[in-house]
Amino acid sequence: MKTMTCPLNGVRNISEFVCGGEVRAMPDPATGSDAEWADYVFMENNKAGVVREWWCHTPTSFWFIAERDTVTDEILRTYPAGEVFTARRDFASKEGGS
Amino acid sequence: MPFGLLKYGLLPSRRVPRRIPPTPELKPSYDVVIIGGGGHGLAAAYYLATVHGITNVAVLEKGYLAGGNTARNTAIIRSNYLTPEGVRFYDESVRLYQGLSNELGFNILYSERGHLTLAHTDAAVRTMRWRAEVNKHCGVNSELIFPDDIRKLAPSLNLSQDVRYPILAALHHPPGSIARHDAVAWGYAIGAARRGVEIHQQTEVTGLKREGNRIVAVETNRGTVACGKVLQAVAGSSTRLADMAGLRLPIKTVPLQACVSQPLKPFLDPIIVSGSLHVYISQSSRGELVMGGSTDPYPLYSTRSTLEFKETLMAHMLEMFPFLSEVRLLRQWAGMADMTPDFSPVMGETPLDNYYLDAGWGTWGFKATPVCGKRMAETVATGKAPDILHAFRLSRFEEFAQAGERGAASVGH
Repeated sequence: MKTMTCPLNGVRNISEFVCGGEVRAMPDPATGSDAEWADYVFMENNKAGVVREWWCHTPTSFWFIAERDTVTDEILRTYPAGEVFTARRDFASKEGGS
Repeated sequence: MPFGLLKYGLLPSRRVPRRIPPTPELKPSYDVVIIGGGGHGLAAAYYLATVHGITNVAVLEKGYLAGGNTARNTAIIRSNYLTPEGVRFYDESVRLYQGLSNELGFNILYSERGHLTLAHTDAAVRTMRWRAEVNKHCGVNSELIFPDDIRKLAPSLNLSQDVRYPILAALHHPPGSIARHDAVAWGYAIGAARRGVEIHQQTEVTGLKREGNRIVAVETNRGTVACGKVLQAVAGSSTRLADMAGLRLPIKTVPLQACVSQPLKPFLDPIIVSGSLHVYISQSSRGELVMGGSTDPYPLYSTRSTLEFKETLMAHMLEMFPFLSEVRLLRQWAGMADMTPDFSPVMGETPLDNYYLDAGWGTWGFKATPVCGKRMAETVATGKAPDILHAFRLSRFEEFAQAGERGAASVGH
């Protein structure tokens, strides 16, 4: 049985987790073009090799980041999202918007 | 008598002639290079030669003929989809399949069984009714039926209402069929080779040489060939090849696992599918039960098998057929599936002038082999994708015009 280490809950069965897709920078909601959004929403890097992804431990709804190899099926490292997202990001606001 | 039989068997005239020629030397250039020697690529080669008279064609296959997803699917053929575009497209495929053994002069063991998609909830019943109405509107034979009629078609199915997911109704699609998947590829390969198409096995594409907006040469582990046009048909490796061409695709590569049981006497005529239970099952002409489920829960470039898959599949299978608990599994395998956001393929032109795409075949590629080969050949020959492929164009994503087949394309989501 394959396992994954949740940064909050420790080693758990892989069936307790769902993959949330690759960690990618979101377009700015106020300035992003349709083409940028289409690429962000639909297109995939789908890399064969080490990828960095969002994963969720579903019983506790805890989202974290995992690095794994999509060729060897090895999980290399899991850690809280705070390691990557260290600062608050403020998106540009539309004029007059809230 | 045994010696007579042995002597007869060893007679030189008894030897079966090799119908797919051995891999020749690569020529310096071809009018069309087809990358991928699976069912789709070979079918495209066949129709390029027969319909469009284009025979200076090379099919490049990195492994052996039809050894990828053509060998790894569960060989189900049907057209009971959800969108009119999808129904029309897959219906053309079913019609081509029905005449394919005659067309190719090669028996693909086409077996019309009928196809039952089970509904276990009111929501599923509504979707089945929706699919039946869309199908009928498009001239495809589908009907919503209820347990009394389901029992007549599949007497061994557990129709008890005293289970976790009782069967309320089913979408019955009489044209649903199975065929011998290898034979489909071999038949197309033989037909194409007979007309002059070269099939290069053990020939891996390592790079694509681009000049301006064209691919001018294909680099392989056996040398470089110049090309007039290129067709990509490499399910499971679509992103890796598209990267070489500089294209971005809306595809995740996810393993799809399947398995067969030991052979049993024929007891199951129709193909049974349950979206809620994430399973499908059919009995092959050899008596083996061919079983599959949903794709793996995360992307992976691997054809490994897992215990989780078998556990969940069998747990659900036993709810439908409790007596299978004594039956052993014989084989299991996996293929790498190109999953798209809308569960429809990605076919036709690309931003490059002479590069055509046949990808995004997820868990629904085998049934489309003939229509895809025929229509992609047309696309390559004329340089323009025909109307029937329009809904599946790559640019539909940037236009936010998806062809949503999630409810009908496969199980388990």
